Amino acid sequence: MTLPLTPETSDAEVRSILEASIARSRSVKDRIATVWMWGSFLVLLVPLGAVIFYVVQMGASQFSFDFLTTDLPVVTRSAAGGIGPVVYGTLLITGAATLMAVPLGVLGAIYLHEYGGNRRLAVVIRFLSDVMTGVPSIVMGLFIYTIWVLVFGLSAFAGALGLACLMLPVIIRSTEEMLRLVPDDLRQASYALGNRRWRTILTVVLPAAFGGIMSGIILAVARAAGETAPLLFTIGVVTAPNPNLFSGSNTALSTQIFANAQSPYENAQNRAWGAAFTLILLVFVLTVIARVVAGRYARKRGG
Amino acid sequence: MPDRSADPETGARVSLLERRPGGGGNADLTGLRSSRGAGRGDAVFGWIALGAGITVLAVLGLIALSTTKEALPAFQQQGPSFVWSNDWNPNQGKFGALAFIYGTVLVSFIAILLSVPVSLGIALFTNEVAPRRLRRAITYVVDLLAAIPSVVYGLWGLLVLAPAIKPVYESIAGTVGSWPVLSAVLGGKPDGKSFMTAGIILAIMITPIITSLSREVIATVPAQQREAAMALGATRWEMIRASVIPWSRSGIVGAVMLGLGRAMGETIAAALVIGSSAQITLQVFDPGDAMPAYIANQFGEASGTFRSALIGLGVVLFAITIAVNLTARSVVTRFDLRTKGV
Repeated sequence: MTLPLTPETSDAEVRSILEASIARSRSVKDRIATVWMWGSFLVLLVPLGAVIFYVVQMGASQFSFDFLTTDLPVVTRSAAGGIGPVVYGTLLITGAATLMAVPLGVLGAIYLHEYGGNRRLAVVIRFLSDVMTGVPSIVMGLFIYTIWVLVFGLSAFAGALGLACLMLPVIIRSTEEMLRLVPDDLRQASYALGNRRWRTILTVVLPAAFGGIMSGIILAVARAAGETAPLLFTIGVVTAPNPNLFSGSNTALSTQIFANAQSPYENAQNRAWGAAFTLILLVFVLTVIARVVAGRYARKRGG
Repeated sequence: MPDRSADPETGARVSLLERRPGGGGNADLTGLRSSRGAGRGDAVFGWIALGAGITVLAVLGLIALSTTKEALPAFQQQGPSFVWSNDWNPNQGKFGALAFIYGTVLVSFIAILLSVPVSLGIALFTNEVAPRRLRRAITYVVDLLAAIPSVVYGLWGLLVLAPAIKPVYESIAGTVGSWPVLSAVLGGKPDGKSFMTAGIILAIMITPIITSLSREVIATVPAQQREAAMALGATRWEMIRASVIPWSRSGIVGAVMLGLGRAMGETIAAALVIGSSAQITLQVFDPGDAMPAYIANQFGEASGTFRSALIGLGVVLFAITIAVNLTARSVVTRFDLRTKGV
């Protein structure tokens, strides 16, 4: 069989000639597979679109400066009031969790990559932090309940402990990945200048990986900010802001949505939508910041 | 760590040997010795870092210990039938959790069944089919799906999806109601809040995880393998079946199992849409209950042995998800080693 091919034959023509030589059943299977793959992508867009559409449609109308700052109504079915204490609580709890998890996570990653290497202890810790990312958040909530709440009572700090436990393995793993990207030349250059290992890590390695580490941390914070289960039995409920981290009940966006979603009253449900809109906005803003930081970091590395 | 205080001179040499290639310490040998305190700084920093790393072990150990300790009263009262008896009646002190375990397994199974074809489709689509410009957009969409908090999915599932999907369930149940096999699964008394609705919501939530992990796995397929298949005249689908799937099978299995672990532990979304009525039935349109959902809904008002039994449910859930995760991680690790060994 001679194919009518010349240097001028276009790609499309080549393809049609090739396709003509493929048995019909084979090309039909190929078509079906292609439709499946395109279809999967389109199917993915449906829930994403639907969730975002409803949250924006129901929530954006609630959203205002007053809504974000006013205290909760004492009676949940009342239309009055806003979600001020809830926003405050989320920021307080997530902030405290970040302060605990970030130093531990980054130091843990430094141990794994800069000290541990392939030693057995490091391998075990690495493997178990992967496993720890899979611990259900409700189990984390029960854990904090048993070790903290039973002794010291409900508080924002208890919730923060739960979130920190969820963030820790995520930060360790993402930070270690970033440390791995720092070229060994940099470390050796620093040693050659007479720097000790700890100075090298603090003044050379960490700054070199800063963008990537930050972006990983911000993503972990974004995920923690939306967690509900670790807060359900650890922070309690309040209707006015409680600035005390260590004592007294508190409240958060996620637990507020969870409670109000189950309420039969429309005003409470609307408040849930408003809080969901606020939460999604917070999470998306954090995600975008993380992407920008990571993008800038990648460009710097590339240049 | 070598004992530096015993002999500073040889101590420096030993510590040099002990260091990994690229490590510092040359200054000690050239006579340009740094002050004594600097070496201590290194040791202190190393110990602090080690301590941070060990926190992970400590937390995991503490989770197992302290939850099991609080659950002990319920475990002792009920005995091993905690996990196989179906008699759950807190008022009479009966804690047979089988219906909750069953619900967890059934809902996760539905979620995996719905999610895997779509996730694999998207992963293959991104790597093999999508125009280059679309690839970044897909990654972005998948990341967005993963970023939406589970309580928001739950809110949407409860107030939008559940009421909207009930007529669909009813018409399916009405159609297959008299068919022999399907009526045992898709019949029953359909409710908007059901095993199926929880399964759908969980499927949406685990799709980003399975997709992004299997996409990474598929991206490791060597170009030569694809090109070899293409050169033999394979269509794209034949190339995928001959080169891509065999190479990435174990990695994809690991990804799916990680998704499974996530689905089993996912609490809040399921708590809102599962219907909170523990029962063991094959009817997926019926309301049910699952371990994490039941804990979330009941814990606030529980006390005494009931509370201890709820913590016991948490212990069982912890054990199951840890087992699933350990298996998944070792599968993935083995895949990693194999690809790096080539």
